[in-house]
Amino acid sequence: MSGIMVKNITKKFGDFIAVNNVSFDVKEGELAALLGPSGSGKSTLLRIIAGLENPDMGQIFLTGKDVTPLRTQKRNVGFVFQHYALFKHMTVEKNIAFGLEIQKKDKKEIKQKVEELIDLVKLNGYNKHYPSQLSGGQRQRVALARALATEPKVLLLDEPFGSLDAKVRKNLAQWIRDLHNRVNVTSVFVTHDQNEAIEISDKIIVINRGKVEQIGNATDVYEHPKSKFVASFVGNVNVINANIKKNHIVITGTKEKIQFKEKTEINFQNIVLLIRPEDIIVKDNSTEDTVPCIINGIYYRGSFYEVDLKVGTNNVKSLVPKEDFFKFEWRKGTKVYIRFRKFKIFEASEGHKKVHEMLKQLGYIE
Amino acid sequence: MENKTNCVEVVRKQKQAGKWVLISFVLLWFFVLIIFPLIGIVRETFKNAISVITSSLSSTASTHAFWLTILITFVAVVINTIFGTIMAIVFAKQNFKGKLFLESLIDLPFAVSPIVAGFMFVILFGPGGWIGSWFYSMNIKIIYALPGMIIATLFVTLPFVAKEIIPVLREFGIEQDEAALILGASQWQIFWKVTLPSIRWGLAYGVTLTIARSIGEFGAVLVVSGSIINKTQTATLRIHDQFTDLNYAGAFSAALILALISFIILNLIQYAQKRKKRI
Repeated sequence: MSGIMVKNITKKFGDFIAVNNVSFDVKEGELAALLGPSGSGKSTLLRIIAGLENPDMGQIFLTGKDVTPLRTQKRNVGFVFQHYALFKHMTVEKNIAFGLEIQKKDKKEIKQKVEELIDLVKLNGYNKHYPSQLSGGQRQRVALARALATEPKVLLLDEPFGSLDAKVRKNLAQWIRDLHNRVNVTSVFVTHDQNEAIEISDKIIVINRGKVEQIGNATDVYEHPKSKFVASFVGNVNVINANIKKNHIVITGTKEKIQFKEKTEINFQNIVLLIRPEDIIVKDNSTEDTVPCIINGIYYRGSFYEVDLKVGTNNVKSLVPKEDFFKFEWRKGTKVYIRFRKFKIFEASEGHKKVHEMLKQLGYIE
Repeated sequence: MENKTNCVEVVRKQKQAGKWVLISFVLLWFFVLIIFPLIGIVRETFKNAISVITSSLSSTASTHAFWLTILITFVAVVINTIFGTIMAIVFAKQNFKGKLFLESLIDLPFAVSPIVAGFMFVILFGPGGWIGSWFYSMNIKIIYALPGMIIATLFVTLPFVAKEIIPVLREFGIEQDEAALILGASQWQIFWKVTLPSIRWGLAYGVTLTIARSIGEFGAVLVVSGSIINKTQTATLRIHDQFTDLNYAGAFSAALILALISFIILNLIQYAQKRKKRI
């Protein structure tokens, strides 16, 4: 059963289309990430699910029920705001109890539930503290406890780690993943950080300019990006200008040819190859399918080396194991050869037209 | 080396000297403007026999004047608190055409001289006035009567509550309201449980300013009230009246009481302001 279903949602602010016909669904118990750059409409979408904004078109289903006509108060969703939005004049326990007090629950019951939640978010001893006396991470946890107090079936988190420093962020992200597994809830969190999305979510919905670019798990989105945008937004990627001539690829500024698996008779001008740095293999000697290039810069990165290379007129980055470095004594200016483990082909001007898909269907590439 | 420490010492002494010049300037200023007049009032009051003071204070005209001031202040505070809060919420949270213009009008009572404001109301609500003539035909007196005095006081104190709360509400934003909304609270519950507690010290500050101003208001009330003894004479008007009648004992004793009230209010204001900053 689907926990959250978003169906053809469109939202305009004046002439600006913030969300453009977006549909996706999140299965019950899943933790999904809405990933996109700022201004992509992901926060608006989250607010529409919560009922804080009304969509111009489309429907929202929560646990199978159409909640589009329901007001925010009636949707029973948990929401964690980017800046927590804790009630400043209330103590930690009052903040957590707020939703239960609105529901006019029994005093004893509220007290017990608050204790349970304080235990869950590990804030024991902070019951009587005010938000201003807490650190960012602690506030975040109070916000979470408050959102979970009414036992919502759906939990929405807006940039939950956005305003925390790197170390706290990492711990909290993992902790939220664990918490999600323990509490019976379907969650969606908004983020602009691909690493967060990849690390903790079951499903990633990549959004750009109000449209869904791709939906899939972390591996899908990283390994098989469906558009130039997804490839470059999720993870690092090299963009190499090239042309397709008959049955091979020629990188702009080089003469070397990369053969297709099968023979083709098609020509494409101005395409781009998208290649992850770890998919560029640097070699000492030329073999089949290698392209010569010059080392432009070498950066020590601890467990590996990052190398800048000049291929024709293109600058690319590659990640190289340390052993290779010690073996071949590469320096800046050394001529080396690179081979592409795998790559995607898109039209240079329009990332959405999937040249790659076409070539793949024709069986020219894998 | 020794030279250097000497230099430091000289600079330190210069700084100290500068500090004391400033402090003594402030003290002098305070004495000339505030402390001396206060001492003057106390001295003048007690120079006369206590009996004169008590008799002048317990005269029906004086007690009536004080009660009238208290009544007007009370009504002004209640009305301004309610409308000021509503006004602040509307200006801080709603968007509509003409909002900027309307908001700039809140400051008008600060810019207009109270006497001018008083005349405005006389023209408007007087027997021959635009609105006043209608009320007169209904046999309701506004000018030279209590309603006019309340309207004048409301006018001069209009900005205090709203002006204090608007920035607090703006800074507060709407996120906490939204959080409460999601947790199931109605707009009414949000107002009582979230909005009001977070503006309470701003509100307290605005109310105290309103009280202070209502008690002390002179110009506007003088014009609309006609200062009729035992009828439309407030405490400040009474002081003015006694002063012009050369009844200094009466004037000073009443003035002393108003000064005392002001002093208490001043302390309340400072307390409210401190709390406001803390929240």
